[in-house]
Amino acid sequence: MVHWSAEEKQLISSVWAKVSVEECGAEALARLLIVYPWTQRFFSDFGNLSSPTAIIGNPKVRAHGKKVLTSFGEAIKNLDNLKGTYSQLSELHCDKLHVDPENFRLLGDILVIVLATHFTKDFTPACQATWQKLVGLVAHALARKYH
Amino acid sequence: MLTAEDKKLIQQMWGKLGGAEEEVGAEALTRMFCSYPPTKTYFPHFDLSPGSDQIRGHGKKVVAALSAAIKNIDNLSQALSELSNLHAYNLRVDPPRFSLQFLSQCLQVSLATRLGKDYSPEVHSAVDKFMSAVASVLAEKYR
Repeated sequence: MVHWSAEEKQLISSVWAKVSVEECGAEALARLLIVYPWTQRFFSDFGNLSSPTAIIGNPKVRAHGKKVLTSFGEAIKNLDNLKGTYSQLSELHCDKLHVDPENFRLLGDILVIVLATHFTKDFTPACQATWQKLVGLVAHALARKYH
Repeated sequence: MLTAEDKKLIQQMWGKLGGAEEEVGAEALTRMFCSYPPTKTYFPHFDLSPGSDQIRGHGKKVVAALSAAIKNIDNLSQALSELSNLHAYNLRVDPPRFSLQFLSQCLQVSLATRLGKDYSPEVHSAVDKFMSAVASVLAEKYR
């Protein structure tokens, strides 16, 4: 059972309150596809992914980014039950989507960088540590049902 | 690997730091010790409290090495050759591939907090590739 201190919960909620799920989600997913181009293999039906500009402007990327980060919001509402929250999505990513769980770690790290660009010096080392913990646990929960 | 455009973006980005490079180094280390406590096992001889002289000094060293690498970006193997020996034979830090991932992440966060939107996806990609190349070179002599 994961333990979250009061300070960690505060660092998570205070950052999340100021996050635009649509913007950050779109940006995080776009960066994943740009920085780690092999991840584009999962999105062959997304249309034009031929350049950073194309990826950033791609409406399917934006929409999917929003979806992914909205789901993250659910995790934040259920910090004490990440496994339960992600159980079905874990099965989906394994059985239907065939996504290597390493990609969850990559996306998590990218989300942390996106938050850093938005919050700049307010994204303190303690804040980063809490969010690295969160993205790590989310990645772990998403990988849990793999077989 | 690193394209001409990547190299340009990295050099430009590094230039934008305007003397804050040393702070960036110390901050990256502080963030790394905070987010990834096992990395502290390599520094039992250090005072690891944030802002300590030793963290500042070591951050300065790390950044100086990266600066030199950026200036010799076309020949990283040579630029980092001594550091490569040091890491392989003396320090024996868990193969840079793994530990550098944590330093790379924290360095990027330090850069991103300073550059904000200027830490664009293209710059992010170039820096990530660069740190990956640095890690490869540092790991060359491990075995």
